[in-house]
Amino acid sequence: MSSKTLTYREALNRALVKEMEADPDVFVFGLDVPDHKRIYGSTKGLVEQFGARRVFGTPLSEEAMTGVALGAALSGLRPIHVHIRADFMLLGMNQIANMASNLRYMSGGRLRLPLVIRAMIGRGWGQSAQHSKSMHSIFAHFPGLKVVLPTTPQDAYSLMRSSIRDDNPVIFLEHRWLYDIAGEVDEECVIPLGPPGVLRAGDAATVVATSWMNVEAVKAAEVLAKKRGIELEVIDVRTVSPFQEDVIAASVEKTKHCIVVDHDWVFCGFGAEVAARISHRCFGSLKRPVERLGYAPTPCPTTRPLETLFYPSAVEIIRVVERMLDLGQTDLSDESFYSYEQRFKGPF
Amino acid sequence: MIQCEGGVKLKKQEALGLFRKLLLGRLVEERIRKEYPSDQIKTAAHLGIGGEAIPVGVGHCLPKGTKAFGTYRNHVLYLSMSDDVDGFFAEMYGRLTAPAKGKAGSMHMCSPEHGLMATSAVVGTPIPLAAGAALASVYRQSRELAVVFFGDGAVEEGVFWETLNFASLRQLPMVFVCEDNGLAIHTPTSERQGFRSIPEAVAGFNCHVASGDGSDLQGVIALTREMLKRMAEEPKPGFLHLTYLRFLEHVGPGEDFHIGYRRRPTPEEAERLDPVRRFEKELLQDGYSEPELEAIRIEVARQIDRSVAQAQQAPLPPASELYTDVVTG
Repeated sequence: MSSKTLTYREALNRALVKEMEADPDVFVFGLDVPDHKRIYGSTKGLVEQFGARRVFGTPLSEEAMTGVALGAALSGLRPIHVHIRADFMLLGMNQIANMASNLRYMSGGRLRLPLVIRAMIGRGWGQSAQHSKSMHSIFAHFPGLKVVLPTTPQDAYSLMRSSIRDDNPVIFLEHRWLYDIAGEVDEECVIPLGPPGVLRAGDAATVVATSWMNVEAVKAAEVLAKKRGIELEVIDVRTVSPFQEDVIAASVEKTKHCIVVDHDWVFCGFGAEVAARISHRCFGSLKRPVERLGYAPTPCPTTRPLETLFYPSAVEIIRVVERMLDLGQTDLSDESFYSYEQRFKGPF
Repeated sequence: MIQCEGGVKLKKQEALGLFRKLLLGRLVEERIRKEYPSDQIKTAAHLGIGGEAIPVGVGHCLPKGTKAFGTYRNHVLYLSMSDDVDGFFAEMYGRLTAPAKGKAGSMHMCSPEHGLMATSAVVGTPIPLAAGAALASVYRQSRELAVVFFGDGAVEEGVFWETLNFASLRQLPMVFVCEDNGLAIHTPTSERQGFRSIPEAVAGFNCHVASGDGSDLQGVIALTREMLKRMAEEPKPGFLHLTYLRFLEHVGPGEDFHIGYRRRPTPEEAERLDPVRRFEKELLQDGYSEPELEAIRIEVARQIDRSVAQAQQAPLPPASELYTDVVTG
């Protein structure tokens, strides 16, 4: 067994090192990739081990640098382009939506685009409206792109390796609160892009979550198990595109209830896609309509009390489950809910 | 600014080969103009009549292995790099036999097997891809060049300057080719650009800059050769600024001088700015015979007839093709 305990950041770093060792065509670039902070430590040691040819910083030119990644990928290399915040990808959106997603199709399958675009989702300590977007539903909207949001260290490690090896453009979105989370990582474990992961088995209701919302969903499940003796099934979507609904549909057939907790806005969001598909697939089994939770329909506020309200939480998940299952409100006054921000010291 | 001293000395086969390429580009597009009213070619075709000498001349000088990128006005670039007239017309007619099975159409022609990697309808967008290809060649310690063709309108977009900055910073082996017809759709330069001239604006970057008459095939070749020589002596990106007259409307088969947004050239200007006529005259002056040129005209016209007939008879793609080529694996 090659399993060991790694944090999410170490798992990402390990995956990059492994792939760069295995394939000389893999290189990592982006603003701040080789600086002293090294993208939350995820690119630590890379420039020392692989040199400035394979690990380098860039001008502040998101569109051009995305195009450079594409041109390099078309030339047979495997670029990994990094953005310290997902919001900055909007400056490269022309290349992502008009080129990366289209070129294979427009060439009748003659072009191959093996590239990964990594970006961080910000949250906490005043990240505000322009440092907090996720946008996975927007990326997933364009056929030709793959979109990945790992939650566990194992998924961060295995899905990063799969993304680098994939011959299509992959958008890889990392939540900064996940960086310090530690877990067992089996370095031999291969996880393909597509199937979701079941984080917790249960029969009372199915909670489908993305990114950090899985942490909230697992917490909600633990509290409900302890206080009410009911078990939620928590499914981490992991790959938004290609989306594989079978595991979720099978779970809903068992639990008859489905809640989607998305790390994004609700309106026109990924949760709507899941709700529509599950309603279609499991129409006869559902005892209640599919419920959706996500960001409040506002830009992300800076101040702590409003920001806390902006994001869905374990408490909200518990309340929705109670309503769906016709349970009264559980007394949560003695519960301490995980708040990463109490540990997190800003500002970056 | 690179100045070009003296012309070029073309060998006989070279000169006739160039004439064939120029003429092929011209006659293919004249054929599209003729076929367009039948409504079988259903793709937004941006014809390059008047601009043929730029892709043909620059392309002639580029070493084997060069990766090229271009825009929606790409017909002559595609034909001169691939010589694939059958594939070209199949793509125009949206047939299954086309290189991209009709998924590319006029605006997205590419031929990776001949080095034409991608073309884009969104102005400016292919420019950084060439920088990426040049970066890949540096990464692999090869000397392969990348080239990107784009219009003067692209210079107004941020991505042009972003790429020029990066290429100049990293001294990438790439050539920027600005095909300047003084118009973006129907808007003249004077209403779009806040700088005195494109070459002057680019001159502040750490790259080689040259400017010339893009209607003059031999001039384009001389300037490109001089540029490549300078790039070999002092490795920096090259920026070629070449002017030409767009004889037709922005998109479609018609002339539109009568609209009044630009002036119709005088007969003398039209003669000088038509790269095919101009090169033909030069060849005749240099002692090539009319029958030699006529033989090429006949061969090219026959090729086009065959390719058009083949395309018209080829099957359209089946419904299942809609879903292929989105992703691989």
